[in-house]
Amino acid sequence: MTTTATSEVISLRDITKAFPGVIANDHVSLDIVSGQVHCLLGENGAGKSTLISILAGMQQPDSGTVAFDGKVVDITSPKVAVDYGIGVVHQHSTLVPAFTVLENLMLGESSMLQNTKRAEQRLGELADLLGVEIDPHALASDLGLGQQQQVEIAKAMWKGSRLLVLDEPTSMLTPQAIEHLGESIARVKAQGLAVVLITHKLREAYAMGDCVTILRGGRNVGHIGVEQLAAYSEAEAQDAILAAMFGDDLAAVGDEASDLAGAAEATREVRAIDFDDRPVRLELRDVSSRGLGRDIEADGVTLTVHEGEILGIAGIDGHGQGALSEVVAGQRPVASGTVFFDGEDITKSGVRSRQQLGVRYVTDDRLHEGTVGSMSVALNLVIKRIGQRPFWKSGRIQPKAVDTEADRLIQEYGIRTPSPETRAGTLSGGNIQKILLARELTNGAKLVVVNKPTYGLDLKTVHLVREILIDFAARGGSVLLLSTDLDELIELSHRIEVISRGSLVGGVVNDGVGTAEKVGHYMTGAIEGTD
Amino acid sequence: MSDMLSAAFITVFITTVIAQAMPLMLASVGETIGEQAGVLNLGIEGVMLVGAYAGFVVTLSTGNFWIGMLAGVVGGVVANLAMLVLNVWLGLNQIVIGLAITLIGEGITSVLYLQNYTKSPASLGQAPKLAIPGLGDIPVVGPAIFQQSGIFWVALLIALVLAFALARTNWGLSTRSAGQKPSSLDAAGGSVMRTRSIAVLLGGGLAGLGGAYLSLITTATFSPLLTNGLGFIAIVITMLSRGRIIIVMITSLIYGLAVAIGPALQVIGFTIPADLIKMLPFLIVIVMLILFARSSVVPPALGSAYTRGAR
Repeated sequence: MTTTATSEVISLRDITKAFPGVIANDHVSLDIVSGQVHCLLGENGAGKSTLISILAGMQQPDSGTVAFDGKVVDITSPKVAVDYGIGVVHQHSTLVPAFTVLENLMLGESSMLQNTKRAEQRLGELADLLGVEIDPHALASDLGLGQQQQVEIAKAMWKGSRLLVLDEPTSMLTPQAIEHLGESIARVKAQGLAVVLITHKLREAYAMGDCVTILRGGRNVGHIGVEQLAAYSEAEAQDAILAAMFGDDLAAVGDEASDLAGAAEATREVRAIDFDDRPVRLELRDVSSRGLGRDIEADGVTLTVHEGEILGIAGIDGHGQGALSEVVAGQRPVASGTVFFDGEDITKSGVRSRQQLGVRYVTDDRLHEGTVGSMSVALNLVIKRIGQRPFWKSGRIQPKAVDTEADRLIQEYGIRTPSPETRAGTLSGGNIQKILLARELTNGAKLVVVNKPTYGLDLKTVHLVREILIDFAARGGSVLLLSTDLDELIELSHRIEVISRGSLVGGVVNDGVGTAEKVGHYMTGAIEGTD
Repeated sequence: MSDMLSAAFITVFITTVIAQAMPLMLASVGETIGEQAGVLNLGIEGVMLVGAYAGFVVTLSTGNFWIGMLAGVVGGVVANLAMLVLNVWLGLNQIVIGLAITLIGEGITSVLYLQNYTKSPASLGQAPKLAIPGLGDIPVVGPAIFQQSGIFWVALLIALVLAFALARTNWGLSTRSAGQKPSSLDAAGGSVMRTRSIAVLLGGGLAGLGGAYLSLITTATFSPLLTNGLGFIAIVITMLSRGRIIIVMITSLIYGLAVAIGPALQVIGFTIPADLIKMLPFLIVIVMLILFARSSVVPPALGSAYTRGAR
């Protein structure tokens, strides 16, 4: 599978793939040329991931062909894809956390005995090619996200690729790690491999890509070729891409379109509010949590959130964000330390009494923990008030009161549902998230803990969710925002603290440009410091 | 009392420990491989009984213990086919299927035994011994360990080979990844179906072998519900051992000790009610659970069927 000197073309022709209810890919055609970085842009749900699944052999197209230099091939399984030299770095990590780097890389080899020496040698070659250093015997779960991704890239290129596909590789990386990634991609390209880079951020497409294809609603709605992209200035390229990405909606989305699409580096409009004058709403003093030991616990966390303030918690996924939010919500016991709410010690109070005080929690697991999919939208909206008047009277549910409240919240938060009686599980992720927000922010909410509030949502809902949070804070509510999306944190937060392995390792006041670098510095520092 | 601790007594004691530990060890190794691949087999009790009965019948009619053991393996594999088809291929609930296999195994073997053998309860006699030259002549330990049946050595070898294979070969890596994160195995070009199928059949074969060891060597006969909960103890030991077969072997030996120590105490002269002695192995399992259950780690994907693309 070595690359040839002349450039090879991988052509997708009329790829169509339908799932029940949606056409994910509708006659998509594009050419991927070796030695070029081909950017695939589009919103969530535009069909990027489906297209990649087809290339990776995870899905079969309903119709259409994939051909290498005109020779049609049938990618019937991931194994066939690997044999053809198609390496994919999926958006969700495919590393086994309990395995070492080397074990992860050797996974899928068919010989009986392991050839550790050869594997180490191959890893050495690939690390040189990518310009990175990887410890072959480290556990995958001990690696930082940037390093994990380096291992994933090495894994995708393990058998000598002709095509490397990166699915949203930057979405959870620090600015520094993104820079490293860009260098690695340039090196891979120089080796003559074709690279497909999927992103929804315009500035990355412009910075890293040689050509750009835009998908919308499963269709190829625009292509900017190599010469054209090189000739465009950044602003021209942006306009062309935005027009294709949003189509007729562009007018409706308006000026925010470029913000949404991550055209520029996110910045916060500086609002000079001195929070030291405001009363402290939530205070954690040296709080450590105690769970079942399945994930990282909060460890000696000290923080304050003032009235009307949005405090962002940045960090790599799985570094204690879940534990921290559950400790505040009252779902996880405190091992040591004290939690104060409005000056009152609530360390020992349970979930319900905290809710009644105004502490609310929007979980990141919106489908399982957050909603009961088989119950109606209306019931999901009042589910945290079971037994309370006016929805329950002497143990009996009051359908009329529930429906009135549900109608009000559906209106207010613009939840798109056929009726309040529809089962919540049948709604889209965005509408389910709106149900959660509506339920938590109503009825005397003073502090809301939100964990990854926009993860996996489409751009318009992302925008709406952020507006809801900003509004809530403007009306005096406090927000503890845990997110892995640095742009989101910078757009919303007044201050950002960085969490690493359950502890806060540094804080930044978000007062202008350069916040991303400062936060990224804490994030990488924390990782390297502990390795 | 001291003269009771003679060489002959200790020899019998060690022999009993090994005889009690081996069936459990084989079954637990089989369960470990299944669980590492993500398949929790609650049917192991039934699978062991099928293996024990098949081994018993075949040995009785052929007179050959080796063929009997082989029949036990075949019986175990056949019994586990239900798990293979219904869970691994069709994605049905592992717990329901497992309990069904246990109940069916208990029922079928009991009915068949009572119909064919109650009038003339059959005993198999002793399996041929394999005295190892030199080592077999060592006093006390020699007759206890080095004059075991050849089947003992084969079983031990199987467990050790599998311990190595699970930890150090590509087969072991695929098997463990099927239990840790099947989507990774799939994305890496391996087959979750095939890996789990092999693990389930291997697990069934080993559980059947354990059952046959129990009926052919440990008790030298079959009786309804012969395993008496041994399969469930194997599940406990598997979960406590965190997928390490060497630890499975050690814990099985502790169980063997627990079973053997009661009768031994009686022989020495302690008067302990027989009921208590029968309880001892189970008490030890409960104590082990209380002490170590918190540290038991099961593979994350254990118990869930794999469908490509589902999150």
